[in-house]
Amino acid sequence: MNAAPVSPVPTEVDLQTVFEPTVIGFTCNWCSYRAADLAGTARTKYPPNVRLIRLMCSGRLDPAFVLKAFAEGADAVMITGCHPGECHYIEQNLKALRRFRLLRRTLEALGIEPQRVQLVWASAAEGVHIAAEIARVTDEVRALGPLDWPADAAADTGINLDSAWEATGGQEAELAPAEAEQAPEADR
Amino acid sequence: MSGNGTTPAEGEIRIGVYVCHCGSNIAGTVDVVEVARWAGEALKDRGVVVAREYKFMCSSPGQELITDDIRDLGLNRIVVAACSPHLHESTFRGATARAGLNPYLCELVSIREQDSWVHSDRSAATTKAKAILAGGVERVRRNVPLDPIDVDINPATLVVGGGIAGIQAALEIADAGFHVYMVEREPSIGGHMAQFDKTFPTLDCAACILTPRMVTAGTHPNITLMTWSEVTRVEGYVGNFTVTVRKKARYVDADLCTGCGVCEEKCPKKVIDETYEAGLGYRKAIYTPFAQAVPRVPVIDRENCTYFEKGTCKACEKFCEKAAIRFDQQDEELTLQVGNIIMATGYDIFDAREIAQYGYGRLPNVFTSIEFERLSNSAGPTNGRIVLRDGVTEPKTVGVIHCVGSRDRNFQNYCSAICCMQSLKFAHLVKERTGATVYNFYIDMRTAAKGYDEFYQRVLEEGTLFVRGKPAEVTEAGRLPGEDGKMVIQVEDTLAGRQRRIPVDMVVLSVGLKPRSDAREVATRFGISSSSEGWAIEKHPKLDPVATMTEGVFIAGCVSGPKDIPTSVAQGAAAAARVLSRIQNKSIRLEPIKAEIHAEHCSGCRICNGLCPFNAISFDSVLAVSSVNAAMCQGCGTCVAACPAGAISGSGFSDEQVMAQIEGLLRIGMNGTAPDRRRFPVASGETTGDRTAEEVRA
Repeated sequence: MNAAPVSPVPTEVDLQTVFEPTVIGFTCNWCSYRAADLAGTARTKYPPNVRLIRLMCSGRLDPAFVLKAFAEGADAVMITGCHPGECHYIEQNLKALRRFRLLRRTLEALGIEPQRVQLVWASAAEGVHIAAEIARVTDEVRALGPLDWPADAAADTGINLDSAWEATGGQEAELAPAEAEQAPEADR
Repeated sequence: MSGNGTTPAEGEIRIGVYVCHCGSNIAGTVDVVEVARWAGEALKDRGVVVAREYKFMCSSPGQELITDDIRDLGLNRIVVAACSPHLHESTFRGATARAGLNPYLCELVSIREQDSWVHSDRSAATTKAKAILAGGVERVRRNVPLDPIDVDINPATLVVGGGIAGIQAALEIADAGFHVYMVEREPSIGGHMAQFDKTFPTLDCAACILTPRMVTAGTHPNITLMTWSEVTRVEGYVGNFTVTVRKKARYVDADLCTGCGVCEEKCPKKVIDETYEAGLGYRKAIYTPFAQAVPRVPVIDRENCTYFEKGTCKACEKFCEKAAIRFDQQDEELTLQVGNIIMATGYDIFDAREIAQYGYGRLPNVFTSIEFERLSNSAGPTNGRIVLRDGVTEPKTVGVIHCVGSRDRNFQNYCSAICCMQSLKFAHLVKERTGATVYNFYIDMRTAAKGYDEFYQRVLEEGTLFVRGKPAEVTEAGRLPGEDGKMVIQVEDTLAGRQRRIPVDMVVLSVGLKPRSDAREVATRFGISSSSEGWAIEKHPKLDPVATMTEGVFIAGCVSGPKDIPTSVAQGAAAAARVLSRIQNKSIRLEPIKAEIHAEHCSGCRICNGLCPFNAISFDSVLAVSSVNAAMCQGCGTCVAACPAGAISGSGFSDEQVMAQIEGLLRIGMNGTAPDRRRFPVASGETTGDRTAEEVRA
C-alpha cells in the first residue's frame, strides 16, 4: 500500500511566491537508495523537494558534503543508511551515526536548526518508510523556512564567515576545515 | 576509434546527454523533450555537446545513439537520464565501452524511480529531472577512467562445517578435480542429519543416505578432512585467503588408529552425551560420536578422562594394539592457503527451557524434537523404541506442539520452515511404532515443497488428530476425570472455538532453529554480515542466495536461515558451482570502486586503520604510512571521509565527484530557476567540482 503522507504538491504559481525547501538526501547504495527505488516501483508518492545522491555507504559521508549542500542552497540534508546491525559493510553506518551527531552539534552552534540535518535508517525493503520520512523532513523544513545562514549566525557565534571565506582563497570545500577534521576523531 | 567525427581537443570535456522516455513511464510525468532541450542549452557551458531524448534508451537503437555519438562527435563523457543504476547502469556502461570509451566515464541518473514514478506534478517533476540531470553532468565531469582489478584465484577451497550442505559442496568441488579443506568442529562430519532417524517426506533412513556421502568425503583424494578443528583466523581476500585452523588435540594418533573401537569398549568412564545423543544416552570419555563416524578416529574428552583427572587409568592405551594413544598430544595451529571459502556452519536448536509453561526440563516426559529423533533412531539410546523417560513405558497418547520458539514475538519471529514437516514425521513414527493416539497442535500447516502436502494427507489419513491452536501450557496438575497421572495440554482450539484440555503421556516440542550461539563472532571472523537474529546475510536473498557481500566467501545451508535437507544440499552444490566457475576462470575481475591512500599526503596518524571492517588497511611502520589492499577493500569509503589529511581518495565516489554532483543538483531551485540563495561567492563562474585533486589539497 502506498500510505506515505503526501504533502500538497506545489504548483508552478505557488513556487514563485511561496517558499518550497530544497532537500539533499545522501543514500546508501545497498539500502536507502534501493528503498527509494522500491518507493518508485511501488509508485509511492512523496514531495518532489528531495534530490538524492548515491554513495556506496553512509560511512562515506564526509561532513563537508553536508556543509557543501548548505552552501549551495539546500535548506535541509537527509543522511540515510542501513539500520544499525544491517550495514552492508558490517558497521560503517555506526560511523556515520557518530559523525552525524558531532556534525549536528557543530551546526547547532552555528545557528542551524537541528531539523535541517536528519539521519534516517531505511532498509532496502522500506520504500514506504523512506517516502514518509522524506515527506516528514520536507514538512518540517517548510515550516522552518529557508536556511538563512551567514549573516546572523556569524554575528551570534562570533565567527566571521566572510573572513574565513577569504582566508581559504575562495575555495568552497575548504570553508569548514574545523568541522571536517573533527569528524574522524569521533570515529576513534 | 573516433571514426570520421570530431576529435576532442586535449583536456576538453565533451558530454553527451540522453534522456529516456521509458515509453510513458518517464514521459508521462516528466517533460523529457524540455529536459533535453534545457540540458543542451543551459548545460552547454558545462561541456554538454549533444542532448537527445529517445523512447527507450536501453533498446538497441537507443544504445546505438550513444555509440554513434561517441564516434561521430568525439564524446568523452556520457550521462543517461533514465531508470535506476541498479537496473541499467551496466547496459549503458557496456554501450560506452563498445564505442571505445572507458565505461566509468558513463553515468546513469534516475529520473524514473526517483522522479516520474514518485511525483505527479508535471512541472515539479520536470524541474527535478533537470536538477538530477545537472547533478549527473557535474559528476561525470569529474569521472576518471577506471580499470577493473584482476585477482588470481587459488584453486584450493575451504569448506567450514561438515553437515550435509558442507559435504555436498566439498564433494562437488573435489569431484571436479580441485582440492578442498573441510573443517569440522565436532569429532565427526555428518552434522545434525546424522542424528536423525527418518527424513521427511519420503521416510528414507537418514544414515542410509548420509553415511555413504560421509565416507566418500572422508576418503576422497581431493579432500583434506580436519575434524575436531576450528577456524581461528581468516586473512587475505578473494583468491588469496590465509586461514588459520586450530586442530584440537585428539590424544589419538590418527595415522595409526584403525578405528577398531577397543579403547571405547575398555574405557571405564561413562559420560552423558549432550551433543549427539541430546542428553538421552551415554558415551565414554574416549569416543567416536556414533558408529558411522567419519573419520573413525576417537577423541579423548579431556575434562572427563580419568587419566587427565587423576593421573592414572590409561586403559585405552593399554588395550590399543596399534599404540595410537598420545596423552601428550597438543593443539596444533595449521595455516591453509585457499582462494574461496564456503561457510556451511549450520544452526542451533532453540532452547525449550526458555518457554517455561511447556515444562521442558521440569516435566520429565516433555521431549524436544532432537530428543525424539534420538528416541526414534534405531541406533539411538532406546534402539528406536519410543518410550517415556523411564525408558520402558510406551506412551498411549502423545501431543506434538508445533512452532515452539518460532513465529513467536517473545522469541523468534520467523518460521523455522522445517518444524511442520518434522512434526508430521513424529506423528507418523509414533503411530507406526506404538499405535498411540497423536495430537498435533499447530498454528498453520506449512507443507509447501515436493511431496510435503501429500505426506500431510497421509498422516491425516493415518488418524493423527490436529488441533489448530497454540497451547497455553503443559501441566501435571490434572483436575478433571481422566487427567490423573497424565500431563494436560491446555489449548484454545481455534477451529472449534473453545478451550480444550487434552491429557497426554508424552509431549514433543517441535523446537525451532536458531543461529549458532557464536554466529556473530564467526561472521566477524569471516567478514560477512548477519541479520539482527544472527543468520548470515545473502548477497541477494533471491538472485544470489549463496554468495555474501564479501567476495570469495559463500554460504550454504542453514547458516543463512532454516532450511530442509533438499534445500541445504542444493545450496551446497550451488555454492560449489560458484566457486568452481571462479577456479576455472583462474582470476576474478573486481569493481574498481576502491579507496587508495596517497602516501605523500599520509601523515601516518592511523585513524583509518581501525575504521576498516575488512582489515584492508595496513600500516607500514618503516615508511610510517598506511596503505589499502585493493582486493580486500570493499569500497565503502568510510576511510575516505575520515582521513583528516585528505590523503585517501575513493575511486568512483571521489570528493570531487560528490561535491560536483551537489552543485549540479542545486543548480536550479524548486521554482525552476537558478536559486538566488547561494550563500557564498563563486569564483568567476568556475565550480569547485572542477578543481583538481591537487588544487584541493594545496
